[in-house]
Amino acid sequence: MEIPYTYKARPDTGLYNAKVGIWLFLASEIMLFGALFSAYILLRVSAPVGFWPETALAWPRGLLNIPIGTFNTAVLITSSVTVVMAWASLQMNKFNHFRIYMVITVLCAFAFLGIKSFEYNDKFSHYVVQTKSGKPVTGHIEVNGKHPRFWNFSDQWTLARLTAENVKEISVAVDPERDEHGHVKSHSNHAHENRTIATDDIQFLGSYTPATHPFFAVYFLITALHGLHVLGGALVLAYFAFPGAKMWKDNPQQFINRIEVGGLFWHFVDLVWIFLFPVVYLL
Amino acid sequence: MQTATQPHSHSHDHAGHDHAHHEPGFFSKYIFSTDHKIIGIQYGVSALIFLLFGFLLMLAMRYQLAYPGQPVPVVGSLLQKFLGDDLAKGGVMQADLYNSFGAMHGTIMVFLAIVPILFGAFGNYVTPLQIGAPDMAFPRLNMASFHAYFLGGVIMFASFFTPGGSARSGWTSYSPLASVTDLVNRFDGQTYWLIGMVFLITSSLLGSVNFIATIIQLRCRGMSWMRMPFFVWTQFITGFLLLLAFPPLEAAGIMQLMDNLFGSSFFLPAGLVVNGTALGVSGGGSPLLWQHLFWFLGHPEVYVLILPAIGIVAEVIANNTRKPLWGYKSMVYATMSVGFLSFIVWAHHMYLTGMGTKIATFFQTTTMMISIPSVIILTALFISLWGGSIRFNSASLFALSFLPMFGIGGLTGLPLGFNASDVYLHDSYYVIGHFHYVVAPGTMFAVFAGIYYWFPKISGRLMNETLGKIHWAGSLFFMNCVFAPMFIQGFKGMSRRMYDGGTTYFLGVDPTALSLNKMITMSAIALGLFQLPFIINFFYSIFAGKKVHSDNPWNATTMEWSTPTPPPHGNFTSEPVAYRGPYEYSVPGSKTDFTPQTQKP
Repeated sequence: MEIPYTYKARPDTGLYNAKVGIWLFLASEIMLFGALFSAYILLRVSAPVGFWPETALAWPRGLLNIPIGTFNTAVLITSSVTVVMAWASLQMNKFNHFRIYMVITVLCAFAFLGIKSFEYNDKFSHYVVQTKSGKPVTGHIEVNGKHPRFWNFSDQWTLARLTAENVKEISVAVDPERDEHGHVKSHSNHAHENRTIATDDIQFLGSYTPATHPFFAVYFLITALHGLHVLGGALVLAYFAFPGAKMWKDNPQQFINRIEVGGLFWHFVDLVWIFLFPVVYLL
Repeated sequence: MQTATQPHSHSHDHAGHDHAHHEPGFFSKYIFSTDHKIIGIQYGVSALIFLLFGFLLMLAMRYQLAYPGQPVPVVGSLLQKFLGDDLAKGGVMQADLYNSFGAMHGTIMVFLAIVPILFGAFGNYVTPLQIGAPDMAFPRLNMASFHAYFLGGVIMFASFFTPGGSARSGWTSYSPLASVTDLVNRFDGQTYWLIGMVFLITSSLLGSVNFIATIIQLRCRGMSWMRMPFFVWTQFITGFLLLLAFPPLEAAGIMQLMDNLFGSSFFLPAGLVVNGTALGVSGGGSPLLWQHLFWFLGHPEVYVLILPAIGIVAEVIANNTRKPLWGYKSMVYATMSVGFLSFIVWAHHMYLTGMGTKIATFFQTTTMMISIPSVIILTALFISLWGGSIRFNSASLFALSFLPMFGIGGLTGLPLGFNASDVYLHDSYYVIGHFHYVVAPGTMFAVFAGIYYWFPKISGRLMNETLGKIHWAGSLFFMNCVFAPMFIQGFKGMSRRMYDGGTTYFLGVDPTALSLNKMITMSAIALGLFQLPFIINFFYSIFAGKKVHSDNPWNATTMEWSTPTPPPHGNFTSEPVAYRGPYEYSVPGSKTDFTPQTQKP
């Protein structure tokens, strides 16, 4: 006997096997991301007041780049629309339209990842410096005239490393001043002021990375996990657009089903971002 | 239809192999098989090996508890040779080794032995047969699921040989303890444990998607929901538990991995001091967060361990009492209720964390609520025995002893569900006694019942009854000698985590609790010896057991017995149809005392 309902719907459930499978898989994905969001809420709510040195708030605000995040949201929503158009084109038997829409979807996915890695890179060279004498400052630092880069994971500076490598001073391109909501103050000078800080004067030094604050740990964990989902989804959709499209000739119904299932996953990935963006960037 | 599809399935089997044998090659048949029956056997064999391994870990620990500071007999020198002086100097189990064996005993038994054997082995082999399906809905996912499980097992096993030994923060891996066991070598046993867990979680995720989809989609014609054997129902609910409860632990595992490898502070509070030095982490995390995420899995996991076992017992009991199950529908609804309620009881593992009284009351109430459907199931099984002409074969004896053993395990859980009594009993040997009664003489007896029951379908040969009965009697007696004294030790306040068995703590205050240690250890060794008849029986029967004379040696009603023995690829020779409910035994007016589901009215 062959396995039934691999592409035809079972009459009483009205579903083919893969559609049941993807919905179950998405249910477990919801539990996975749900647990991460819950962890974020619990950590943030239970954090002591004044835990974050810069803003004297329990949790940091305004440390993520909202315009870029907004743009990325738009990119991902566009891809969500085009993946439906791709599926609809197949239903209307327009294979060329399908391929164009699918290519746009995949391009959007990689645009999203590119923008995300730009943001990541920025965070890795962005530091908070607590001086012994005054308020903490944040900004991009230069040590020995070089920016630390994120692809070199060991190239992170701490006070211990500064002391060990006998670095006398670092240069900080100080961020514009912010109010308690994280907005840039109107009277503040938008141009970056460069300040030199002596190593002896530093009490704490940390980049915007997981080790510095649980906020960044949450940010990097959820966005990285989401990024992996985007990458995985994009590769599968790209496969459907080119090598996997041979199935369109042999078994069009099964091919349409595959696009539908892939599209469902893609919508889920978008949906996670639609929750992720306000929760991590805006709140 | 059958003949038309035959050539197609053949070319599928031979994909990638160009030899001309009729049978697929060894690798595609036994390693990269997509047939649910082979995968079930793969799961079963691997899980039984892990079961034995986990048992041996426990024997070494038990020896240390009874005779603290003395070299472990037989394997002591091997432990020293392979694990080094730090862990086993002179063959004596050191505290770190005890902790590491304790953590790995729990992990291996739960995640690598019992769940795979119930869900992976029995579930895979029997579920599609019982619903009249040709295979699982996604055969390749099924294969991937086994491979992920196997890799996870290899990683767990390899962790014993890492510098510093395997994970040793308990099978629960509470933070911050789990994050500070080795501050120099961050790629320590705990990291292996977490990576291994990610593989195991992936495996059960793939498995559960597959099971649920199979049961929803591949039921044969006439197999309506209420005609499904009870075993299939338990697999269905278990599938949902695994699907929804495991991902939070996966999230927690990744967070702890980040804490250990990247220095983040998800579970590390500010101002953490280890061995007198402040830990250089940002802090701001919550140790309680780990416990919540862990027990959100941990409690449904308990029902993952017991529901399929109840399913097996129900099958064996219905078959051997020659009666329909009493209250089949209420058992089904009770199983659903257990499944749902198991998601909202998790914090009863955490009463000692100082949660507020309101929260404790909530979880106390839900815990009491979940005992109601559990008792419904057990009562229905007891009443099923009433008036039956019971056949006392090995499978049936194990299934029958499951009922009181699981009853003891369940009832001793009630004092742990109450906040007030739990505060005293928490982390004592009472807890060990309680959950082992559920899992060891409970679930394990169901597993043995299942093996004796389905062995003829899988191998075409019966297991030896005499050896089976020796195995059953010895196991039942010594299981109780091992676990019943633990309740007494627990009441006397003996902590579960003392590697010298409480010698220093009791210091002659109460010698009875200590002397029980020796008795328990002796009984555990005897229990081990009584598994030898099973192992001999198992291998002997595969090759030389009595051959079955029909496809249905137990005169059973469910569909797995309507297939050829052993079932071929694709399972059924013609399209099966279910004409009746699963347990039509001793129907009045019928010629035989059983009416198979496939028999036309």
